Amino acid sequence: MEPLTSKKKILIQKPLNFAERMYLPALGKGLAITISHFFKKEATIRYPEVQREMSINWRGMHSLKRDEDGKERCTACGLCALSCPAEAITMIAAERKPEEKDLYREEKYAAVYEINMLRCIFCGLCEEACPKEAIYLDGPIVPSDYLRKDFIYGKDKLVEEPLVKK
Amino acid sequence: MIKEYHLTMSEKVKVTIDGITVEVEPGTTILNAARQIGGDIVPPAMCYYSKLEGSGGKCRTCIVKVSKGSEKDPRPMPKLVASCRTTVMDGMEVQNITSPEVIEARSGVVEMLLINHPLDCPVCDQAGECDLQNLGYEHGLQKTRYEFERRTFERIDIGDKIQLHMNRCILCYRCVFTADQITNKRVHGILNRGDHSEISTYIQTAVDNDFSGNVIDVCPVGALTDKTFRFKNRVWFTKPVDAHRDCPTCSGKVTLWYKGEDVLRVTARKDIYGEVEEFICNTCRFDKKKTADWTIEHPTHISDTSVISSNHYETMIPLPVIQEDLRLQEANKVELEKTAKF
Repeated sequence: MEPLTSKKKILIQKPLNFAERMYLPALGKGLAITISHFFKKEATIRYPEVQREMSINWRGMHSLKRDEDGKERCTACGLCALSCPAEAITMIAAERKPEEKDLYREEKYAAVYEINMLRCIFCGLCEEACPKEAIYLDGPIVPSDYLRKDFIYGKDKLVEEPLVKK
Repeated sequence: MIKEYHLTMSEKVKVTIDGITVEVEPGTTILNAARQIGGDIVPPAMCYYSKLEGSGGKCRTCIVKVSKGSEKDPRPMPKLVASCRTTVMDGMEVQNITSPEVIEARSGVVEMLLINHPLDCPVCDQAGECDLQNLGYEHGLQKTRYEFERRTFERIDIGDKIQLHMNRCILCYRCVFTADQITNKRVHGILNRGDHSEISTYIQTAVDNDFSGNVIDVCPVGALTDKTFRFKNRVWFTKPVDAHRDCPTCSGKVTLWYKGEDVLRVTARKDIYGEVEEFICNTCRFDKKKTADWTIEHPTHISDTSVISSNHYETMIPLPVIQEDLRLQEANKVELEKTAKF
């Protein structure tokens, strides 16, 4: 068949000489690439010590928020658990006692609030469902662990630190 | 015999609701005529309760437009009428969801009902099976236009099993009618008038009657709630099961609400309009909370659109993506048999 273009490159194959048969030029080329990377910017980070900056819509570990007076916002309405496609959230509600008025915002609160981080798919639907703006997925990457039971995060790990009053 | 049959037929009156004609007994209300047709054209009702005599006419959510009064007098009625209190006439034509005027007026009624109603659905135990919540979802605005303080009351214990949140009350009077009808001595009613009216038992006298718990079931909102179920769980995480027992005082036919192994709540069985089928006694409602007390029948049928049935639908209804083709089904069956043979 007639060639369709004039840009035809004719390859010439020659028998390899002794140095080429010993891979010397190829070794040199490879080493040159390796050494050139010593002077380039690092592609990796030292993870647990250094954290990469996440995008603003990054969804990480959950946190249960407090309001401006330091009261817990969550009222255990169960909408996060209802919306959760992985069924990772469970909670037990309790009634606020009069002396606990500074701890919880509404008359009902979550006595137990658990998220199974192995089930969670970090879709953010709980955040969207929450009518009280109590849960946000604004934390870091969930750390690894050895036991399954350690991935069930309770209120001790989820609730935000209380505000320090000056 | 045949003559009699004809007589009863001729006595029935014809009424057309949203273009659907139905023949009903004279003296039937428009609402009940619509319920005989069923479906979307049934006006919602917050205060009317078919099992309670004299109920209805309070909330105005069931308003409809009568575009033709009757065969004899075809003039339309001048205003929208409450369908639970207006009886049908022969040849009457009624518009409910086909009339934009009705829809607009109804959303106005919903706004009025929500004026003093607190937005504490996340806390309220009625959420998920609340008539006002459904109504607000269908007709209400996203925001409130009311700028003043909502009226507030302290929680009141009516007896040790029932709790009254007067904040949430929409003054439908259903509980008053229940007390009137089911008990022989009424111990609770409405105090004050107009904007100040409130349900009360007069200095919190305990409602002391075997059937007093039924006020919880008839309440369309979360104003009267079961104290034994208070904050135990959300309605949609519990599984309803129909059950019965031999009860000396009532029919004993109830719905048990399970969470895992435990019965969290016992209520009367409700029909599609949220009205109880038979009233149950307080022993069944509050004291029998063990599976051993009951004979379990079957899971309660809950509408697929209800939040209670979310994540456990009882019927599989696949989306109508592919048109049903009998020829294709037949061919598939033949192919399946062929592979089974090999």
